[in-house]
Amino acid sequence: MRKTLKVPDKNGYFGDFGGRFVPETIMPALSELETAYRDICSSADFRKEFNYYLKDYAGRPTPLYYAHQLTKELGGAKIYLKREDLLHTGAHKINNTVGQGLLAVKMGKKRIIAETGAGQHGVATATIAALFGLECDVYMGSEDIKRQSLNVFRMKLLGARVIPVESGSCTLKDAMSEAMRDWVTNINDTYYVIGSVAGPHPYPMLVRDFQSVIGKEARQEILEKELKLPAYLVACVGGGSNSMGLFYPFLGDKRVKMIGVEAAGLGVGTAHHAAALGKGKVGILHGSKSYLLETDDGQVKLAHSVSAGLDYPGVGPEHSYLKDTGRVSYVSITDKEAIKAVKDLSLTEGIIPALESAHALAYLPKLVRKAGKKDAVIVCLSGRGDKDLNIIREYTS
Amino acid sequence: MNRIDLTFERLRKEGKKAYIPYVTAGDPDMAVSEKIIRSLALSGADIIEIGIPFSDPIADGPTIQRAVTRSLSGGCTVKKVMFMARRLRKSILAPFVFMTYYNIIFNHGVEKFVKDSIANGVDGVIVPDLPLEESKELADISRKAGFSLVALAAPTTSPERFKKISSMAGGFIYYVSLTGVTGAKAAEAAEIGRKVRGLKKVTDKPVCVGFGVSGPALAREIAASADGVIVGSALIKLIEKDPDNKGRMPREIEMFSRSIAEAVHSVRK
Repeated sequence: MRKTLKVPDKNGYFGDFGGRFVPETIMPALSELETAYRDICSSADFRKEFNYYLKDYAGRPTPLYYAHQLTKELGGAKIYLKREDLLHTGAHKINNTVGQGLLAVKMGKKRIIAETGAGQHGVATATIAALFGLECDVYMGSEDIKRQSLNVFRMKLLGARVIPVESGSCTLKDAMSEAMRDWVTNINDTYYVIGSVAGPHPYPMLVRDFQSVIGKEARQEILEKELKLPAYLVACVGGGSNSMGLFYPFLGDKRVKMIGVEAAGLGVGTAHHAAALGKGKVGILHGSKSYLLETDDGQVKLAHSVSAGLDYPGVGPEHSYLKDTGRVSYVSITDKEAIKAVKDLSLTEGIIPALESAHALAYLPKLVRKAGKKDAVIVCLSGRGDKDLNIIREYTS
Repeated sequence: MNRIDLTFERLRKEGKKAYIPYVTAGDPDMAVSEKIIRSLALSGADIIEIGIPFSDPIADGPTIQRAVTRSLSGGCTVKKVMFMARRLRKSILAPFVFMTYYNIIFNHGVEKFVKDSIANGVDGVIVPDLPLEESKELADISRKAGFSLVALAAPTTSPERFKKISSMAGGFIYYVSLTGVTGAKAAEAAEIGRKVRGLKKVTDKPVCVGFGVSGPALAREIAASADGVIVGSALIKLIEKDPDNKGRMPREIEMFSRSIAEAVHSVRK
């Protein structure tokens, strides 16, 4: 049996990162959540129910597709795509919301709240709220509401209330702040469904565990297809939930190299990027200590990426830990490179990827030559590109 | 004993309760903000809470969020707030307590923050996103330096947890009157009174109440049970009411603040 990794510790730390930097009002709720998670989610009944919804409702397992055309085109290692884009609601986000939704129900909560940037996590939350009969409020920056009107409509159709956030930069980070304020206020009856491996402990652990189904499946699938482990795993990192989900079950496999791809926006040399791990310094935002884009005076900077799902100035604390321990390498890809990767995958394989996932794909030309032709590379295709069509059209015209 | 402890000792001897107003430094701009703090001192503040703005204040409601935005867009920095405190200290006797989020302190350097605060005449700090479990470093450094790390307790805090919080607290305990953010719906005075009397049975540190204290009447009711009353958003609303009238602002705030000070001070033990 492979060694289990002992992070986070009992205080929610991944090495120096993580923790619980939240108002006192929330602290008892975090303890309650941690206890509930440990007691409920480890039970056979919960696992059974969770797996049932993942399979029959969300559409798991997702295929590990050998992208033979793209492999031929790039002329290097064999490229496999973990097809999270084929899931219900179009991205990996549903893995986490099914898990947390079930947990909320078991904890007896009647109302759930969520933050959303592009709207993918909001849609995935609204979806399970409808499924489980929960009241659902989604906080979304007013700027994002303008940019993602279709997802706003989708959430409303699913019965959720979308609450515009007008504070700060009116984007994801402000939506998350506002969701935390709601939670402080309605702590007794509300469950906060955080969408990434971010926020205070136990969220980074809990979201990672729910998303690790991606890596568990991929590990089994690649062993079936290639009879060996992959040389590389590649996934995009905003908050970092799809990458954590893919990486985590492989962390004990010393020979598997892992690459997290951040958004370089207009370039990491400019002020317009979202590379918290590449360019940030250690700070505290939304309840945890992690790498963060901030000014010299400690004010949080605005991130930029053409991909709304990567447009966040922070990153999950476990990624900071994996960066500092050297287990995972982090690189970045610009808006322009990501758009090109969308076009390339569409033309070679007939798959239109989400702009987030396109960041991981865009790193492949640099990577495949480092590996041998017989080696396998697994890329997490975390979502489909339908939601981005307007942005891609605008960008390319 | 620092200025905060001395203040509570004086109040105890006089049989009085503490009035603690809050404003965000740099709101509406650095110069007017300095005048406003002088007005608060003149109005009868026993302790003055000065906010160092942080871009993402998760414990604050819309009023203080807007104050922070005004302050930061006017170019407020930690250094400027430190200098302001230094100038104010020359003529104000009341203790100063900073209120800021932990990233500001962490970024400045925890030890350096405490040292700089003391050097500029500031006596303590309130950090709304630093619960007991994360506060060891700042608490240890503060204790050694004679700087007060004010601890927060909330309606959701259990009695066992409160005991631990109380033993760590410096200066006083900040009891958050409601489950919510600053400036939220007015708190229920009777419920607060019941809670505060319960807390005072298990701590000998002063318990002050903030969040949702909207004016003199509620402040008086709360002062009946608490050792002090903290008022923030209600004062900041006066800055927002007429943002262009910076000339009259300090005087108007002084008048409103005095009405609260008098209400709090009218309560005798």
